[in-house]
Amino acid sequence: MKIRQAATNSRGRFGKYGGQYVPETLMKPLQDLEEAYDEYSRDPSFKKELRNLLESYAGRPTPLYLARNLTRNLRGAKIYLKREDLLHGGAHKINNTLGQALLAGRMGKKRIIAETGAGQHGVATAMACAALGLQSEIYMGREDMERQKLNVYRMKMLGAEVHPVDSGSRTLKDAINESLRDWVTNVENTYYLLGSAVGPHPYPTIVRDFQSIIGKEARHQILAREDKLPRAVIACVGGGSNSIGIFHQFLHDLEVDLYGVEAGGQDIQPGHHAAALVAGSEGVLHGMLTYLLQDKNGQVQNTRSISAGLDYPAVGPEHAYLKSTGRVKYRAVSDNDALDAFKRLSDQEGIMPALEPAHALSYALKLAKRYPTSDSIIVNLSGRGDKDVEIVARHFPQ
Amino acid sequence: MSRSLQDTSHNEHPIASKFEELRSRREGALIAYLTGGDPTPEEFHANASALVEGGADIVEIGIPFSDPIADGPVIQASSQRALTAGITTKKVLSLAGEFSAQHDVPLVLLTYCNPILAMGAERFFQIAQRSGVSGVVVPDMPANADPQFHKLASKNDIDTILLAAPNTPETRLRRILAETTGFLYLVSLYGVTGPRKTLGPQALDTLKRVSSINKRRTPVSAGFGVSTPDHVRTLIKAGADGAIVGSALVQIIQDHLSNAGEMEELLKKHVAELKHATRKF
Ligand SMILES: Cc1ncc(COP(=O)(O)O)c(C=O)c1O
Repeated sequence: MKIRQAATNSRGRFGKYGGQYVPETLMKPLQDLEEAYDEYSRDPSFKKELRNLLESYAGRPTPLYLARNLTRNLRGAKIYLKREDLLHGGAHKINNTLGQALLAGRMGKKRIIAETGAGQHGVATAMACAALGLQSEIYMGREDMERQKLNVYRMKMLGAEVHPVDSGSRTLKDAINESLRDWVTNVENTYYLLGSAVGPHPYPTIVRDFQSIIGKEARHQILAREDKLPRAVIACVGGGSNSIGIFHQFLHDLEVDLYGVEAGGQDIQPGHHAAALVAGSEGVLHGMLTYLLQDKNGQVQNTRSISAGLDYPAVGPEHAYLKSTGRVKYRAVSDNDALDAFKRLSDQEGIMPALEPAHALSYALKLAKRYPTSDSIIVNLSGRGDKDVEIVARHFPQ
Repeated sequence: MSRSLQDTSHNEHPIASKFEELRSRREGALIAYLTGGDPTPEEFHANASALVEGGADIVEIGIPFSDPIADGPVIQASSQRALTAGITTKKVLSLAGEFSAQHDVPLVLLTYCNPILAMGAERFFQIAQRSGVSGVVVPDMPANADPQFHKLASKNDIDTILLAAPNTPETRLRRILAETTGFLYLVSLYGVTGPRKTLGPQALDTLKRVSSINKRRTPVSAGFGVSTPDHVRTLIKAGADGAIVGSALVQIIQDHLSNAGEMEELLKKHVAELKHATRKF
């Protein structure tokens, strides 16, 4: 089977990372998925329908906005924001869910399952499924349901069934476990719509391809505005979908520094953060060989982050590979620094970011000061902050 | 197979020898599973002995993992109990060593990739061999996922028991049959482990599919949801060489956490009933 993207080899690996560490029952559906994706991703009518949906339903292309006030106050490189927060649903997740829901429809699957952490992928799945006439069921950790109540309500309004997950740490990791268990049980009629560039091959490739529209647009836009490439591109990394989506088009532009920003939580003690690439080690979880937060016996550690969407102990395998080659640098930003960045973008630009990209923004604000004013940097503003207002309000009482 | 060949193979391949022996007695194998260190290391030891006293032909010990995606709530809970009681991979291996010093029953370990990788596969297999382990089952390491893994196991005389699922296509099934060592683990339903009232609806069809291409007569044992003597009898009658029972036994532990004596008695009794159902007369 031919896989077009250079970084994936024929065994679904990125370097040594990735692979298919799954129960035997999932080998057949993964093979079917790979074949269907291979066919439809080259099919002009599929591509046309997806393009239409991305434009007229999701709201693409998204603007590249020069954050003038932030830039002026920092006196460093110009800060551009790739406005994925303006997409339907309020995050980049819809790029992937429309693509995969369309694929599921072509494969004749009517029942869609998905996991969600912050609820953004669940909402985007519910939307795509409603639009395409598919039935969706969403697994969400009980703990995440508590801290993202608004998104639970939105999913239900959009026609999805939400299943609380009470196993393990009751967050995103466990929602993925439960989704995989559902999939082995209902494998014949069910499509698993994974929400990040994680999991067994071919998911990391499929999700990256559907998200790479972010980087394609951003690269054109910055060249049109600045007539040169940016000095750096910065994105937050949970599972790694918005980041791989914006990085991918810049991987061969070696003069562009790429930074992935993970959740530094309270501090870098085990259990206090979710920075798998910065502080983890190699291991296998959710079907992939990647970087993982684990104890010395290989038990997966609990994670903690103020942003539910980054609260995941592993990371997509392509990021593990990009770390090993040194092409992308990975950093951790603490809860408090992310909150500060949230506040600064809100009052200086009138844009409330989601707490996830607030991590990326925080690092960008530091980085910008190091570069001359003639340079530019791009931050992937992967989602908007409405879902986080309650959490933020607790930290900044009026 | 001639008598002498069977004798020389005895030490290196205890699982294969066990199936030979049972075939000559016209019995199927009863393979009984417990999670290592559940509910505590001490009680585990007594429980594992109860399986042998009840008549288990092969004992399977689980090394708990925090994220057991192939397991249902019963084995998830047992893994959690064992981890909470402080169990580690090393401790399960030493429990395995104690077990094999005491019992002449082939021992198989069941775990996920990550605990093995965390120890280092080579070291894991070396210690496993020294602890008297004959085989491993790793549900998230399907055939071909990592050829190195199987090489390291066989270098240490450990069988790698592969799984076949109801939806495994024929070409892949042939490869799995050729590569598995010890026996083939047939998944008898679509789903995760857990006690069931009825036998997995895909069990007999899958068994038939395997039998039709199983030229070398690799032993085939069915598991996932296999819970009652009736299930076992049906499988053995349909040509399975063994039946694997896990959650139904772990459930007994879960239901008798406050009464260790009764726990052991019931395990022994249930295993004896299951074993009886493997006899073809
Ligand atoms: C707005 C937003 N950004 C980022 C993420 C993190 O996911 P990923 O790393 O896959 O982009 C999430 C996840 O829920 C999110 O909602």
